[in-house]
Amino acid sequence: MSGKNSIMQNIVRFLKSRNGKILIGTFIFWLILYPLNKFNVMNNYWMHVVNVSLIFVILTVSLNLINGFTGQFSIGHMGFAAVGAYTAATLTTLVWKVPSHGIVAYTAFIGALLLGGIAAAFIGFLIGLPTLRLRGDYLAIVTLAFGEIIRVIINSIDFVGGPRGIPGIPRFSTFTVVVVVTVLSVIIMKNVIYSSIGRALLSIREDEVASELVGVDTTRYKVLGFTVGAFFAGIGGGLLAHLVQYINPLQFGFMATIYVLIMVYIGGVGSISGSIVAAIGLTFLSEGLRFGLDKLNSVTPFPVGPEWRMVIYSVLLVATMLYKTNGLMGDREFEVLIPEEEDENAKHSA
Amino acid sequence: MSGIFNLQQVINSIQLGSIYALISIGYTLVYGIIKLINFAHGDFYMIGAYAAYFAVIFSAARKEHPNVIIVLLISMTAGAIVAFLSNRIAYRPLRYKPRLSALITAIGVSMFLEYTSSAIPAVGPSYRAFPQSQLIPERTYHMWGAVLTNYQIVNIVIAVTLMIILTYIVQHTRIGMAMRASAQDKDAASLMGIDIEKIIDFTFIIGGALAGAAGLLTGITYPRINPYMGIIPGLKAFIAAVLGGIGSVPGAMLGSYIMGFAEVFGMAINSILGEGIAYAILILVLIFLPQGILGKKTGEKV
Amino acid sequence: MPNTALKVDHVTHYFGGLRAVHNFHMELPQGVIWGLIGPNGAGKTTIFNLITGVYTPTEGKIYFRHNKHGNEVTEDITRYKPHTIVSKGIARTFQNLRVFNNLTVLDNIRIAGHFRIQYGLYDSVVRNRKFKEEEIKLREEAMKLLEMFNLHSRAYTLAKGLPYGELRRLEIARALATHPLLLLLDEPAAGMNPKETEELMDMIRWIKKEFNLTIFLIEHHMKFVMGICERIKVMDFGETIAEGTPEEVSNNPKVIEAYLGRKK
Repeated sequence: MSGKNSIMQNIVRFLKSRNGKILIGTFIFWLILYPLNKFNVMNNYWMHVVNVSLIFVILTVSLNLINGFTGQFSIGHMGFAAVGAYTAATLTTLVWKVPSHGIVAYTAFIGALLLGGIAAAFIGFLIGLPTLRLRGDYLAIVTLAFGEIIRVIINSIDFVGGPRGIPGIPRFSTFTVVVVVTVLSVIIMKNVIYSSIGRALLSIREDEVASELVGVDTTRYKVLGFTVGAFFAGIGGGLLAHLVQYINPLQFGFMATIYVLIMVYIGGVGSISGSIVAAIGLTFLSEGLRFGLDKLNSVTPFPVGPEWRMVIYSVLLVATMLYKTNGLMGDREFEVLIPEEEDENAKHSA
Repeated sequence: MSGIFNLQQVINSIQLGSIYALISIGYTLVYGIIKLINFAHGDFYMIGAYAAYFAVIFSAARKEHPNVIIVLLISMTAGAIVAFLSNRIAYRPLRYKPRLSALITAIGVSMFLEYTSSAIPAVGPSYRAFPQSQLIPERTYHMWGAVLTNYQIVNIVIAVTLMIILTYIVQHTRIGMAMRASAQDKDAASLMGIDIEKIIDFTFIIGGALAGAAGLLTGITYPRINPYMGIIPGLKAFIAAVLGGIGSVPGAMLGSYIMGFAEVFGMAINSILGEGIAYAILILVLIFLPQGILGKKTGEKV
Repeated sequence: MPNTALKVDHVTHYFGGLRAVHNFHMELPQGVIWGLIGPNGAGKTTIFNLITGVYTPTEGKIYFRHNKHGNEVTEDITRYKPHTIVSKGIARTFQNLRVFNNLTVLDNIRIAGHFRIQYGLYDSVVRNRKFKEEEIKLREEAMKLLEMFNLHSRAYTLAKGLPYGELRRLEIARALATHPLLLLLDEPAAGMNPKETEELMDMIRWIKKEFNLTIFLIEHHMKFVMGICERIKVMDFGETIAEGTPEEVSNNPKVIEAYLGRKK
């Protein structure tokens, strides 16, 4: 009797905690959108946009972990996403030739997704070791170069289609899968950030020399931050591949990384909440602009190209840097993302 | 000579290296003074190419024969103006903010220039053929088994002349001296009465002008231009600057020619991996020789 | 006869072609306060950087006596990385304050306890009991230390919001949070008025006793050095030009010349 009771109590206690609230919130979000789509109130196109925006949440938070929290300016992030996407898609589509339905197929997909993350993490680790001795802009340029090298290498591998890419990837990234993976990824990264390991990462951002001289093995933690960030970039890449069902090396170029970088900086460096808001907000803004510009075309005498979207983006980025250097959120967080025990600490630091 | 190591490849390397050199000088000058990797620098080069394109088209439409020197000056002016404006509008207000903000801003400026160009209907996002034969009629020369065009000669001659002029400016004029002083120590230079902001303006103008010239030369020798043409050469020219030792003008030139050779011969060996050779060079240099070939070593103060 | 805590064995260090330190030798006994003085650019901070592993000496060795499994052992730390040296028990402060500005005072202290944390990435992700216990322990220790330095009311303030005097205290508290045996203080009295300097002297004596420390410090402030140090080493141009008790040193003509001949 009492055993059963305490289980119930534990569940209630969990649901009242912040992680519980995240879980309930996610469930409500799912519960609203899923039927909306099922009964065609919201069409597949917008559902697709929702999925893309959630995947960008993973990519943005993971880049923020490297750039914002550890202070290592990396601009090769989509290279890691490419490793994850290619690993996962190669496994499901080319090697295992998984059918597109069934429990076995989904299990295989989850396995492929994880292996994609691990492969990306491994590449991140390999790159991180020699690279992270460099600082600031030099590091930026080397990560960019590595990102490009990954792309060039994939381009030259015939098995994965070279420049033609991999078509016909099964669509495993359904709304439900994307929601679950995104929320899990964010919670895991949040838990890493709010731990002694996370504080070690922050101290490297603040002052690397001082950090080393209070006992933090800065090399190790820089590589660790980089590896964890790369892992989740790989997961994001794998999800994306099984959502758009076709990948090629060009999708993971420098511009794609810049796109994520913009989300990090507009949202706020060192803020998980900012990254979430910016990833979702900018993905929708981007789609909204697409429609808006199309509408404009019927009014203006000259054709209004889709390029204007990117013009608006670039102006937003420069304006953010000029007028709100710390982004929308600065380094503040939504309350649900802060563990209860760190409450006071976080509130005063915001 | 036969195989991949022949005279033809050497000429191609020099020509490619000359273009990289003109771009990378701007990178190195700007980095030397304000420690900014100006991502938009490759786009100044694109602007130069389009300025030349429109100048040639315009005069051809008026049935006039365009003069190479005038077109060159137009390209350089266009590059210089855009560089000057980028500095004034985007970089200058961030001078005392963290360096990374300026770097991100530079990425924003670069995107802005690329996408605005491609959004303007007269330019458009797709490739255009550069009307090089309307500028100079093509001639080819055969020597020792290699084919040399007058485009390549013009390319190399203009590039080398501009580099000589630049070296003279940096080494022997008052403003060049002020530039070198500012690159050494901004605060000391400003205490000596040098107007740092003026020097930075001037540096951007010179860098933009050289990049603009490189745009024209690319139009002549590789006659296809588009608004994104500056990204990759810009990156490679930056790598060349790092290889030579960032902040050093002779270093940028040396690095550019090394890059030119590495790329042309790399491509000859394997076309796909040749594309990656620039990045491999960069990584090796930064890991094993971070100060570059002609750069100075600096340590961090604790 | 007390044990030697730190032995800097004939260390020489070059920057490029420039000799910053020449043949520096010191055997620092356990439980003392010694001082290192000299004009600007004499190489004092370089000595600290050599001891803490920021630089590796060109010539010479550095030995440190510390506890290993409850036994006192003397270990060659010459080629260790800074964070390893910290974990052996040498902590330091900096000439120009180097606190983590955008983090809270509490986090500044907790980071200094990080290397003793036993949990790993996995534990922090799943938040198991091990994680929670260690976190509680770390927080309690940090708060206790802050209380000792009268900074507990500031625990949740960002370090950059602290006044100068409190920043100095925070930096010392952060160094102590690494549980050192030897504390190196680089110009602790810089920027302080006579009253504050007086208080600082009391505090250093107090922490030495409270934490059972050996202290080696750099200072320009003569009254401070003379008042607190048992022995003083004097450097000029990378050379040790004198050594002795405060009286001996202050009467040494070479020292007077180094200071008066080239007033800093």
